[in-house]
Amino acid sequence: MSASSRDWLLTETPASRSQAAWGRRYRLWLQFRSNPLAMAGLVVALFLIVISLAAPLLTSQDPGAQDLAHRLARPSAQHWFGTDELGRDIYARVLFGGRVTLGMVVAIVILVAPFGLAIGCIAGYAGGVWDRLLMRITDVFLAFPRLVLALAFVAALRPGVTSAVAAIALTAWPPYARLARAETLGLRGSDFVAAVRITGASGGRIVLRHIAPLCLPSLIVRVTLDMSSIILTVAGLGFLGMGAQPPAPEWGTMIATARRFILEQWWVPTIPGIAIFLASLAFNLLGDGLRDVLDPKQGG
Amino acid sequence: MNRFRSLAATLASIPITLFGLVLITFLIGRVVPIDPVLAVVGDRAPQEVVERTRHEMGLDQPLPQQFVHYVVELAQGNLGRSVMTSNSVTTDIARFFPATLELSSVALIIATLVGVPLGVYAAVRQGSWIDQTIRVVCLSGHSIPVFVLALLALLIFYATLGWAPGPGRQDVLYQDMVPQVTGVLLIDAALAQDWAALRDAISHLALPALVLAAFNMAYIARMTRAFMLDSLRGEYIVTARAKGLSATAIIWRHGFGNILVRLVTVLALTYAGLLEGAVLTETIFSWPGLGQYLTGSLLNADMNAVLGATLVVGLSYVILNLFADLMYRVLDPRVR
Repeated sequence: MSASSRDWLLTETPASRSQAAWGRRYRLWLQFRSNPLAMAGLVVALFLIVISLAAPLLTSQDPGAQDLAHRLARPSAQHWFGTDELGRDIYARVLFGGRVTLGMVVAIVILVAPFGLAIGCIAGYAGGVWDRLLMRITDVFLAFPRLVLALAFVAALRPGVTSAVAAIALTAWPPYARLARAETLGLRGSDFVAAVRITGASGGRIVLRHIAPLCLPSLIVRVTLDMSSIILTVAGLGFLGMGAQPPAPEWGTMIATARRFILEQWWVPTIPGIAIFLASLAFNLLGDGLRDVLDPKQGG
Repeated sequence: MNRFRSLAATLASIPITLFGLVLITFLIGRVVPIDPVLAVVGDRAPQEVVERTRHEMGLDQPLPQQFVHYVVELAQGNLGRSVMTSNSVTTDIARFFPATLELSSVALIIATLVGVPLGVYAAVRQGSWIDQTIRVVCLSGHSIPVFVLALLALLIFYATLGWAPGPGRQDVLYQDMVPQVTGVLLIDAALAQDWAALRDAISHLALPALVLAAFNMAYIARMTRAFMLDSLRGEYIVTARAKGLSATAIIWRHGFGNILVRLVTVLALTYAGLLEGAVLTETIFSWPGLGQYLTGSLLNADMNAVLGATLVVGLSYVILNLFADLMYRVLDPRVR
């Protein structure tokens, strides 16, 4: 980065609102960058996302092509990670599996975070009966362990990617609602909200334009830290046969079909296991670093 | 006064939460694509038999009425009949639950004994390479899927090194040899003074308990570290130091003593989380607990069993949460 743009970002006397905002973001980035573990998490997470998106470019193998003559082959020049019980290339399956597993995780987060934010902000801002009603509902969903409730939901629907996403989403929103409500309660009585109200802004506008944006930093931290638990739940459902169905190359599903080879051809179930571990660890490290920067008072 | 009011509010929320719990499981059971009547009479039964059974099972009534019926049955401890084992679900759960309780309790004890000292140590050495190492180890432990860890543990300690016995809760030799009193094998074997059986039970328990503990140890250590950092900043620590107390006394009596309340809350919540991890661990170690019962019923679309097990796990969750909340109130003088 050139010295002049650095000076522009770090100036003590910003000339405009956007300059001040970008300066603040740059300072947060500098702080984040000084944490090697968090940077490692960011790099690994981006790497996994990129190789999943670019999967067709990175392998010429078809993840579904069977080759029974070469089943359970050891890693070699032709099959970097070996082959599975149907002779399919594990390297290709891990790459394409990232699309399924990480795609499910992204879908869940996109469904869950705005919903939780909305519920929490409404409950916190409206208060009274609405608050009590919404929070009671939240508590009921919090009263189940996530995986067990998701399992019951999937069993009632039918196993598959869509119902797994729906089931985990149904069980994953309550923490965000609680968080957003707590933040909203703190903001509701502040002077700037009173000032906006005096200018005649409606409740909806205040929540949407002034309160929700301020809940975002802690929400982002929470989502990043939660990503790892969502990844593990998606993989866990897949492992129990209730997530993506074979022959789809989902990481958890791959381990489920290959687990009986753990003693002889240990790499077949272990390689997708490493993929899950890396993804989960990357988001844990990233979230940990983000929390230090965005939400220092939570500590840890 | 205020204290009683908030306590009353907590207690009052329990029935509502329980009602929600029951309502959700009921609704899940009603949206199943499998017709429960056909599951009982088979799909070749004549139409009139199907209709009669439907009437007998109360499934031709409107939903609210079915719900009332469900709650009444539930209040009598009746969760319906399992298609898979053809026992009543209540009997099944009573048989499988102690094994899960045993596994998760031992795992919690291990996780606490390892996680708490690690967390305290990391806090005392904040920022050092030891702190960083503990941080990475903990985050790794919290990132590895419990079923992968379980598979690798079997590969290394059972297949390669031969240190641990294979999956299962007991050796065939000791199967049904210990008279059942509590259902918790460790206690039953000790009560019967059957030391060989006790040793066998411990050796079978060790690996799954360690695997389950690893995941939760990470969480306990991280929370302990955060609490300790907070506590060590307190003015009473400065005072203790000024009085010339030893480092051990400062850390353990003054620093650690002040985080106990919050730690107990975390442990109660961890215990609840262990039930979830147990589902995955049990399938791999063929541990005959609630988790295996649940997954087995899932694969057979045995909805009564699935919902019964879900309800029991949800109920344990609520009880443990309540326990954590009450402990916090009782133990922390500032809440009073």
